[in-house]
Amino acid sequence: MINWLKYKYIYFSISLLVLSLSIFGLLRWGLKLGVDFTGGVMAEYKLVKNAPTEAITSQIEKELGVNVSSISQVGSDDVYLFRLSNINESQKEKLNKILKDATNGKVEELRFESVGPSVGPELVKKTVYAVLISSFFILLMVARQFSSFKFGVSAILAMFHDTFILIGSFAWFGHFFSAEVDFLFVTALLTTLSFSVHDTIVVYDRIRELQKKEGGEITSLANRALSETMVRSLNNSFTIIFMLLAMILLGGSTVKWFAAALLVGTISGTYSSPFVAVPLLVVWNSVEEKMRLRRLSR
Amino acid sequence: MWNNGYMKSPLFKVIVIFLVTLICLYISLPAKLPVRFKVGRYSFEKTLERGNIDLKLGRFSFKRSLDLVLGLDLAGGSHLVFEADLSKIPEGEKATALSSLKEVIERRVNLFGVSEPNVQTSLFEGKSRIIVELPGVSDPKEATALIGQTAQLVFAEVKEIKEGEKKTNELPFTFSGLTGADLKKASVVFDNTTGKPSVSLEFTPEGAKKFETLTERNVNKVLPIFLDNEIVSAPLVKEKISGGRAQITGDFTLDQAKKMAIELNAGALPVPVKLVEQRTVGATLGGESIQRSIRAGLIGLFMVVLFMVLSYGFLGLVASIALFVFAAISLALYKLIPVVLTLPGIAGFLLSVGMAVDSNILIFERFKEERPRRPLREALEVSFGRAWDSIRDANIATLTTAFVLANPFDWGFLHTSGPVRGFAITLALGVGLSMFTGIVVSRNLLRVLVREKNKND
Repeated sequence: MINWLKYKYIYFSISLLVLSLSIFGLLRWGLKLGVDFTGGVMAEYKLVKNAPTEAITSQIEKELGVNVSSISQVGSDDVYLFRLSNINESQKEKLNKILKDATNGKVEELRFESVGPSVGPELVKKTVYAVLISSFFILLMVARQFSSFKFGVSAILAMFHDTFILIGSFAWFGHFFSAEVDFLFVTALLTTLSFSVHDTIVVYDRIRELQKKEGGEITSLANRALSETMVRSLNNSFTIIFMLLAMILLGGSTVKWFAAALLVGTISGTYSSPFVAVPLLVVWNSVEEKMRLRRLSR
Repeated sequence: MWNNGYMKSPLFKVIVIFLVTLICLYISLPAKLPVRFKVGRYSFEKTLERGNIDLKLGRFSFKRSLDLVLGLDLAGGSHLVFEADLSKIPEGEKATALSSLKEVIERRVNLFGVSEPNVQTSLFEGKSRIIVELPGVSDPKEATALIGQTAQLVFAEVKEIKEGEKKTNELPFTFSGLTGADLKKASVVFDNTTGKPSVSLEFTPEGAKKFETLTERNVNKVLPIFLDNEIVSAPLVKEKISGGRAQITGDFTLDQAKKMAIELNAGALPVPVKLVEQRTVGATLGGESIQRSIRAGLIGLFMVVLFMVLSYGFLGLVASIALFVFAAISLALYKLIPVVLTLPGIAGFLLSVGMAVDSNILIFERFKEERPRRPLREALEVSFGRAWDSIRDANIATLTTAFVLANPFDWGFLHTSGPVRGFAITLALGVGLSMFTGIVVSRNLLRVLVREKNKND
């Protein structure tokens, strides 16, 4: 049997490293917020190949008097994604005219989203509520399931570990690939919460089963449980990763980053169950044991 | 009962599962499926047509179209969110004002001629929103203008300006008590003399009386008609008009006249509204998204099946059959419930396909451990029994989160947006269903198949 827990400080170091990278990314660049949060316009147009985006940008800024944050190519080479501040109906008509003139009338509006400034703060609040409610229920469930505070807290800590890494990764993706945080990112975040706990529960279940059946010292029990569940944990993640990879590579621009967020969540969730949640539990136990011994020897 | 033992036999269950799968497969077929193939010189060409459900049993009737209900992001359409300004409405009457606002907007949208529109209200921290979804409307300019118009119709009287009186800053009108509320019906007609489109008004009996006294008082005077504080028409009254009919003439285009008639028929908005969010997806992008999702799904599915067969051999094959049953039942459920399928919804489904084999993996890994200790069939049964606890516990977490995301009770403090909900619903359905297919389907399949194998041993 592999002595997984012998290397627990290596696992903690890896987690610490990734967590510090997340903190670094968040402090250095922050998250790139999409129109769902900031308000504004996001529109996708099918124009012509090599459309004169710079000329279009300056023309929009001059004639509409609004700020153009970016015009970028997405998917095929004649589809462009526009990001600007909010515009009204008559400004939109002007925008259509500018695009028509620039492309000899070959404009097709694929998608047009305009979000008012009051929507963003609301979304943030709703997200916080959703995260709080989900974590509360999950905590309740884990605590009830294992009727142990230690199990519950360790599982929740691993869950926050994953959530934090996912958020941090989007600071990096935002900086290097201009990935935005939107509605769907929030959904992916909440799904990650459940993913993370899903895996942890399977390992914990096994530790508990061994404890009941054979008893003994927690480190060796945890080692056995890890060996027995490792393949299952990896295999299950593989099947999920296959589906997500297919979505990232083949899906449209709308779901691409959503699937990427789920992928980060899945990988981190798979890692954190055996390498964060279980070592935490074991370390907690041994610290408790040492304290007890010290108290006894006094 | 002899019947009981018979029903409990795994073979019987497998046959039932097979039949259910067949029915689900039929349901999940597209409405028309062209079948074409060639064998040597013979070519076969036929279009299979799938009917819809139309059951009648005495008084009970059940009708359901078996086409997938696609959300706006896939079928194309507009999602509009209006914020209602309830600041002038007293606290106790806000809820009524909002629901009557919703009714008026619903009537307008219906009169506008959009198929299957959806109008919802949402309340969050004192902000009242009306969400309007218009499938197939890719240019919502007209719709937005139509919905957003307050359409407050008022007849006014011109004030007498006596000689010697100086011009004052006061409006030279007084508003009469005759308003849009006194209307019975408005319709577009063409003016007899000019041939121009105009709007004919028909008053309620009470309105007719008001109109009669109003015209009597104002013979040989102008009677301005206001719509949202703008004069749309100012006809000269020649004589007292009884009978409760009037006509608004002016320099209208046919579209303008139609729009006005719709607004007047639907009634005035009780409070002003403002457009705060607008999302429009063209039909091309939606169609492309579907194509891409199907391709991604098929390739992902193929990878999963390949992986399962390579890792678990025969057992993996059984799991793949269970996965196939899972996919067929899922699609059929989407059509029967029906679930409005959105792009994130498809993502939720694909994700659940990846997760659906989890229960099988758990069981098979357990089986590897139990196999050396017990005979084959017993090892299988024990693995299924032991793994169930983990599967149930693990899936409850996902179902909890999906519940919060789907927000089935429309709690104002949580998301009510379509995309998030679509994802949560398909994910929850998938996770729930996978517990059934991963355990019941593969267990019974294995019971039947493994027994056969044993005989051959």
